[in-house]
Amino acid sequence: MDKRDRRKKQSLTDRKILSRAIADSFRKLRPQTMIKNPVMFVVEVGATLTTIQFFWNIFHHTGQIGFDFQITLWLWFTVLFANFAEAMAEGRGKAQAETLRKARTETQARRVWGDDQTEIVPSSKLRAGDIVIVSAGEFIPGDGEIIAGVASVDESAITGESAPVIREAGGDRSAVTGGTRVLSDEITVRISSNPGETFLDRMIQLVEGASRQKTPNEIALNILLAGLTIIFLVAVVTLQPFAIYSGAPQNLFVLISLLVCLIPTTIGALLSAIGIAGMDRLIRRNVIAMSGRAVEAAGDVDVLLLDKTGTITLGNRQATALYPCKNVSELDLARAAQFASLADETPEGRSIVVLAKEKYGLRGHEFAQHNPSFIPFSAHTRMSGVDLDNRQIRKGAPDAIAKYVAEQGREVPPETKQVVTEIASGGGTPLLVAQDRRVLGVIALTDVVKGGIRERFDHLRAMGIRTVMITGDNPLTAAAIARTAGVDDFLAEAKPEDKMALIKKEQAQGRLVAMAGDGTNDAPALAQADVGVAMNTGTQAAKEAGNMVDLDSNPTKLIEIVEIGKQLLITRGALTTFSVANDVAKYFAIIPAMFSVAFPELQVLNVMHLATPQSAVLSAVIFNALIIIALIPLSLRGVRYRPVGAASLLRRNLLIYGLGGVIAPFVGIKLIDMLLVHLHIV
Amino acid sequence: MTVNGWLQILVFLFVVFLLAKPVGIFLARVFNHNKTYLDPVLRPLEKVIYRLTGVDEKREMRWTEYAIAMLLFSGVSMTLLYLIERMQKWLPFNPQKLPNVPPFLAFGTAASFTTNTNWQAYAGETTMSYFTQMAGLAYHNFTSAATGIVLAIVVIRGIARHETEHLGNFWVDMTRCLLWVLLPVCLVGSLVLVSQGVIQNLNSYATAHLIAPHSVQVTGANGKMTSKEVTRQVIPQGPVASQEVIKEFGTNGGGFFNANSAHPFENPTPFTNFLEMVLIFAIPSGLTYTLGRMTGSQRHGWAIWAAMAFLFLVGVSTVYWAEARGNPLLVGTDQRASALQPGGNMEGKEVRFGIADSSLFTTVTTDASCGAVNSMFDSYTPIGGMVPLVNIMLGEVVFGGVGAGLIGMVVFVILAVFIAGLMVGRTPEYLGKKIEAYDVKMAMLAILILTFITLGFPAISVVQPFGTSSISNPGPHGLTQVVYAYVSSAGNNGSAFAGLNANTPWYNITTGLTQLLGRFFMIIPVLAIAGSLAKKKIVPESSGTFPVTGPLFTVLLVSTILIVGALTFFPALSLGPILEHLMMMAGKTF
Repeated sequence: MDKRDRRKKQSLTDRKILSRAIADSFRKLRPQTMIKNPVMFVVEVGATLTTIQFFWNIFHHTGQIGFDFQITLWLWFTVLFANFAEAMAEGRGKAQAETLRKARTETQARRVWGDDQTEIVPSSKLRAGDIVIVSAGEFIPGDGEIIAGVASVDESAITGESAPVIREAGGDRSAVTGGTRVLSDEITVRISSNPGETFLDRMIQLVEGASRQKTPNEIALNILLAGLTIIFLVAVVTLQPFAIYSGAPQNLFVLISLLVCLIPTTIGALLSAIGIAGMDRLIRRNVIAMSGRAVEAAGDVDVLLLDKTGTITLGNRQATALYPCKNVSELDLARAAQFASLADETPEGRSIVVLAKEKYGLRGHEFAQHNPSFIPFSAHTRMSGVDLDNRQIRKGAPDAIAKYVAEQGREVPPETKQVVTEIASGGGTPLLVAQDRRVLGVIALTDVVKGGIRERFDHLRAMGIRTVMITGDNPLTAAAIARTAGVDDFLAEAKPEDKMALIKKEQAQGRLVAMAGDGTNDAPALAQADVGVAMNTGTQAAKEAGNMVDLDSNPTKLIEIVEIGKQLLITRGALTTFSVANDVAKYFAIIPAMFSVAFPELQVLNVMHLATPQSAVLSAVIFNALIIIALIPLSLRGVRYRPVGAASLLRRNLLIYGLGGVIAPFVGIKLIDMLLVHLHIV
Repeated sequence: MTVNGWLQILVFLFVVFLLAKPVGIFLARVFNHNKTYLDPVLRPLEKVIYRLTGVDEKREMRWTEYAIAMLLFSGVSMTLLYLIERMQKWLPFNPQKLPNVPPFLAFGTAASFTTNTNWQAYAGETTMSYFTQMAGLAYHNFTSAATGIVLAIVVIRGIARHETEHLGNFWVDMTRCLLWVLLPVCLVGSLVLVSQGVIQNLNSYATAHLIAPHSVQVTGANGKMTSKEVTRQVIPQGPVASQEVIKEFGTNGGGFFNANSAHPFENPTPFTNFLEMVLIFAIPSGLTYTLGRMTGSQRHGWAIWAAMAFLFLVGVSTVYWAEARGNPLLVGTDQRASALQPGGNMEGKEVRFGIADSSLFTTVTTDASCGAVNSMFDSYTPIGGMVPLVNIMLGEVVFGGVGAGLIGMVVFVILAVFIAGLMVGRTPEYLGKKIEAYDVKMAMLAILILTFITLGFPAISVVQPFGTSSISNPGPHGLTQVVYAYVSSAGNNGSAFAGLNANTPWYNITTGLTQLLGRFFMIIPVLAIAGSLAKKKIVPESSGTFPVTGPLFTVLLVSTILIVGALTFFPALSLGPILEHLMMMAGKTF
């Protein structure tokens, strides 16, 4: 199943999600569930009180049945809409969890027993430390590390990526995930997790929201909302004595309407949906966050540590130019370079062949006629090449080739030495090509910076995030690439412990650090970083250490993760501001409605010219309920994030959600009022 | 409204603006233990004090210890004042032979002066002996003001310091505040006031024989109105000047006389009036600069100053407009300002101050939690009288009381940063400190307590006979009187709306409680915030950091104050002054 299919499937199940969400919104009315959301719990209590009062009124033939009924109804709708928003957010995750569950089917495992014996056991019986053998066509029974063999594995159940991946013992690609399928060969796997604790299990829990805990900022925001709720509760409760003193006591329906309109129901209703949707956005980009805390931290990141290779530059270095010596034609150099590299399977070697082909039209057809015998690269000579009929062609590092030609008493020509230095200082890697111990010229290998990466770094800078490139290159090379790519800083000749030290240094200065990594030696740094994104192709140790796993194993995604984190926080802030700003208009709707019967002078405050006190109160309550539904798409999708500085971001969002939050309800309540009058509802 | 009136208001604000920097720098130097030009005189004195009291000036306290020291100090001082009041009959400097203060009033007054409220349910000249005034009340004028200032300094330290639990030494901060800040200014200021005619003596009250005796209507014991000829007037005396400067400079507001700064012996000339207003704003305005200086973000200090100045201008313009417009019901009366009359609504105002200076003083004294008055709010037009009420309801953060104003403002800053801070895509930060659940909890607690007491007690008062019996005017005006009493108490302002008989057991006890809760239950959560902030690391500033400087932040801060601070009180306001104003326009008065 490829990614596009998965997305399509999502929209196909929309109807299913919708119907389940509606059912869930009623299920969530249970007070034990509601009390976790203090704002909406108050609304539920209010709705219960008006319901009781409503029936009491019917029984005693008092009250205004139509108005009382509608207020009660809309109060219940307010609670249901809030539940619906949360259920909708959970719905997408639940649908995804179902797909994942299918991958968790019970399989048989061949457990190695004793020295050479194997036994068949169900996968649910496997414990950490067990060793199993998995052959082509079989499902891997649990998470683990390959200890012997190499195999191609279909991981589409987890990643959604249909192309098989290679997994082999040793190195950084040794981790396998339970529920994936071996396509070829046979591997021996040491199981690393107990049943119920596998990666798949955790992933299901995460996408389902079962293990969702409130994040630190969410807790703080909840305290603010609960505090505001109590403040407005006091304001409404004390209003009744003031009203009695003034000779205009209010009935329960109006008082509870005022309370519900004032307390921050909009953000209270949507807060958990925003959090769930944030996690969901990550999951849809194939990133599994182990906690919501990590997503929040991603928004706060100050420093991004990015590995050069694969993140900033395209994989490996590539041959980009040839510099022949005096009296050597460029074509001859190209041909010699190509011959020396035809058998070289390294990416650099292949790039030389490609360069010769594309730039000089050489295809190396005549090669086979010369009885070639390849000289592979050896750590001793640090050269590779080919011996043809009567020719010896070698390529290698400048000092290695210098030594090689020196054996015949020859030297590297000074102008070539000059070229070598220039390439090196420009961040490239020079290779010398020699034929029969005579230097022909230089091949320049350079890093090719990924397209568009510079713009992304510019955006990050505007957001106040510093990018640091980590590379094993020498400082000179590193500086050159850093300049081309536009990173703010670099760490050259980096060893794993240097990376760790850098993270600790930044953190000591109060900064939050994010990094991506895959190898076992990355694990300590991944654990130390505030946001550590492990590549799915990485080792089990790396995946355990990080707080996120990227199923696509694309380190550039770190930038997207940061953006998603920021988007989550912005959405929360925008809706909080909007919700608080809404109160101004609601006061102007309800206060005149409460008292203009006793004091017609207060009609001046009815700036919206709402038709009657009843229509005013009802309009405010309806607006308050409908705005929740209207904002569900925004809270699920998130406020659009723009990579600009904090000041302009704040100005823009304050204008839209602050000022907009003051104005919108004036318009909305007026329109609802006009509609109510038009339909003769009140 | 006249050009002259506006000029006075603008000149006043400009002087306050000019003073902010020097006062702010001086405060920062005093509390950072830097050298000042007063050191040669005061430093030896300070050392002697520490040696006598056994205070180790190098030892810093955690916020809890600081809070306990502050509470202990306030508790002991309050008890002392209560005892002095209850025993003044037997104590010296009582030429008028005033009796002991009754217990409820003594408690209310002790609470009121300890909390820097200076709510006075009595008339000073007929209740308090000179000894009580000097040793009891004036002492509190100094110490309660110093307490407020040092607490603000602790809050600033909490924001400025990082990864520490130490916030300073309460005893050292208090000593330095009294010696370096309050006493020198009061010493000089008192002499200036004396030069203008403010009295300073320990004489018994003088009696003047009226040149033109007049008759007044007196209700006799049998309920009959009889006419009585008045030929003599008793003129109270006392050590007024020494108490006057600290009344304003410490934003205390408790007048020596019942008429407060409307009394010619307290505030004789337009110059003393101007000086007294400047004294009220000097420290609160300067503290914003201290905040900027000590936290290393001077522009943040100015952004807060700008928010305060904006709200001040809105307030003073509204009062001035409402009062200068006069009473619309006085048809056929010339209420225009001219060379011969100030015009407008002059009821309850002094002719030597007129409309502009009265409006200005009223705004200043209620913006700051001072409570000194030079006119009677009860006589203001409904809208004119609403402004002082709203000023206090906002939490007295418009410059505010010495220290307390900045403390309240920091609570609003934290809320503003928390609500809107997320919109820049980071968890909220205030000057590099992350605002987390604990800080929000404490900020909400501070606001919640104020809401509870400022709305709770009035709500009970207006529906219970023991509350309504004190109301002198019916209808919305009466509601305003009651609400004002508690708002003024909770905000530790101490000004009265007048018209409410607050000297009853119910009002004495509940306003006293309100003052204590409004002071200490506001301060303790804020101290907790300071303690929590001091422990945090400072996140270095970047272009992604939430900006707490510039006009944008000022607008945000003002909006937060108005929406969070004022909306809670909107129902009460609409049934009180707003309704009264609308009814007045319709021709109905109370």
